[in-house]
Amino acid sequence: MTHAVDLPAWAALLTALLVLLGAALALIGAVGTLRFGSFFERVHAPTLGTSWGTGAIVLASVVCFSVLGSRPVMHEVLIGVFVTVTTPVTLMLLARATLYRHRAEGDGNVPPQSTLHPPHVGDRPKGSRGGDR
Amino acid sequence: MTGEILLWSLTVAQAMLVAAMGCYAYRLIRGPRAQDRVLCLDAMYVSAMLLVLTVGIRTGSQIYFEAALIIAVLGFVSSVALAKFLMRGEVIE
Repeated sequence: MTHAVDLPAWAALLTALLVLLGAALALIGAVGTLRFGSFFERVHAPTLGTSWGTGAIVLASVVCFSVLGSRPVMHEVLIGVFVTVTTPVTLMLLARATLYRHRAEGDGNVPPQSTLHPPHVGDRPKGSRGGDR
Repeated sequence: MTGEILLWSLTVAQAMLVAAMGCYAYRLIRGPRAQDRVLCLDAMYVSAMLLVLTVGIRTGSQIYFEAALIIAVLGFVSSVALAKFLMRGEVIE
């Protein structure tokens, strides 16, 4: 608890502001998850916390440790990059799985399968590479 | 003075993150379908990771960085596995 006194005023205030901003964004995203009505709306809400919520708290950590160690500490950026890259992958997989489940149940509220692509997932055009899945 | 401001704002931020995890836990329990539960589990992983980062800022120790990174990686892998399970009914094909 003693290191907070060692920070100069501007660094302490900047860290406090960034931490509060990130936590507030995460909380707004969580409340959005409660309030939205359908899954396809709800899937957007947590990205508020995973984009700038994570970004602001990681920046606060970078500022705090860089000033404390009086040298640039950049490895927290790794967490920010990792979360930014992986969140769309996860959520798009989840949304496609949900779409598949809705279609399999015959739910009329989701768009039907596109006629541009053949209905069989395994059908690939000849000459295209890729595993047989 | 500014140290006290930093400590208080860290406390408030941790309370906000815990409240966010509470919202996700409510949706995790109540969630009408399995996909809502997977979504909330993924978001809870991210919130827990942010909470560990704020604890790291509070204590001034670098150990929490590794813990946060491990939580982020495990959250990604488990969410992808659960999404694959919802899609296919099995994880490894």
